[in-house]
Amino acid sequence: MRDFGEFLLVLGLGVVTMVTRSFFFMFKQELPFPTWADRGLRYAPIAALSAVIIPEIVMRHGALITDWRDGRIFGAAAGAAFYFWRRGQGQAVLGTIVVGMAVYLPLHIGLGW
Amino acid sequence: MFFDPANYKHPAFKEGMRDIFSVAPGIWAWGLMTGVAMVQSGLSVEVSTAMTLLVYAGSSQLAVTPMLVAGAPFWVVLATAFCVNLRFVVFSMHLRRYLMPWPRWQRLCVGYITADMSYVMFTRRFPEPAADAAGQRAELAYLSGNCFLNWIGWQIASLVGVFMASQIPGSWGLGFAGVLALVGVMCSLSDSRLRRVSAGVSGAAAVAAFALPLKLNIVVAIAAAVAVCLLLEDSPLAGEERR
Repeated sequence: MRDFGEFLLVLGLGVVTMVTRSFFFMFKQELPFPTWADRGLRYAPIAALSAVIIPEIVMRHGALITDWRDGRIFGAAAGAAFYFWRRGQGQAVLGTIVVGMAVYLPLHIGLGW
Repeated sequence: MFFDPANYKHPAFKEGMRDIFSVAPGIWAWGLMTGVAMVQSGLSVEVSTAMTLLVYAGSSQLAVTPMLVAGAPFWVVLATAFCVNLRFVVFSMHLRRYLMPWPRWQRLCVGYITADMSYVMFTRRFPEPAADAAGQRAELAYLSGNCFLNWIGWQIASLVGVFMASQIPGSWGLGFAGVLALVGVMCSLSDSRLRRVSAGVSGAAAVAAFALPLKLNIVVAIAAAVAVCLLLEDSPLAGEERR
């Protein structure tokens, strides 16, 4: 019976995904929306990305890394550098991934960084 | 939604697919490692498959996996997933202005499959909601195309990860490609001074608040960054975003 319970729970998790992603447009009801909140949304997308990735790059086991020998820093820096070099020339983001991995994987697998 | 001909026959549908395709390797690698991580953490292949197909939210899947394995109470698991997904609530506040012209079932469908990357690309492509029906159709078609390719790629990669979990060691670090995809998209968003400030404040806050449970550091970081940027709008630093 535990399996059936698990599937019900997974179904519930799917509902959570739908509810959180549709939260403010599930219902027709007009929301009071102050102008400052409206302007603030211009800064939300980049803030969300930064909040997700910066800890993934500069932290390990819940603490800020103190050793610069970490492949992630070099990989991310190389990827970002490539992006700004190739900006506006199509597939710059794809290049960010490829260049970043080309720097990260040898350091990570080869040197254990 | 992507199964509606009015969307998938629209030129903006292809445009949305093209944009998400630029980060496809990152999505694949990330989906693959999410599948691997679920199984390696002790979830059965059946439940991992159901999670991939139904939940479709990588970070919350990874957050609740250990709780499922440990048999945590239902409501604790659901509340955890809700908190990890709180950033989507912020996104939905933004998307409301674009989606309200559509019927509810369409909004719910498109909401369900709009993950981080699609939201970011959509608001970059359409900084302001369209006022006419043709523009609104183009928006929905773009978002549907973008989400469709994201969904397919993620599902396939994740299922491959679930079924090949024993052959792919986590120590290879393939998941880092997902982080790099987000680095690239973040760079493409850093087109104004205040947006760069937002990225800096948010990153620092996310690290400083990392000890918070349930990935709430992400929500705190977004709030801090938006607040700082709003305060700076009147300062000389604001540049082009000056009120």
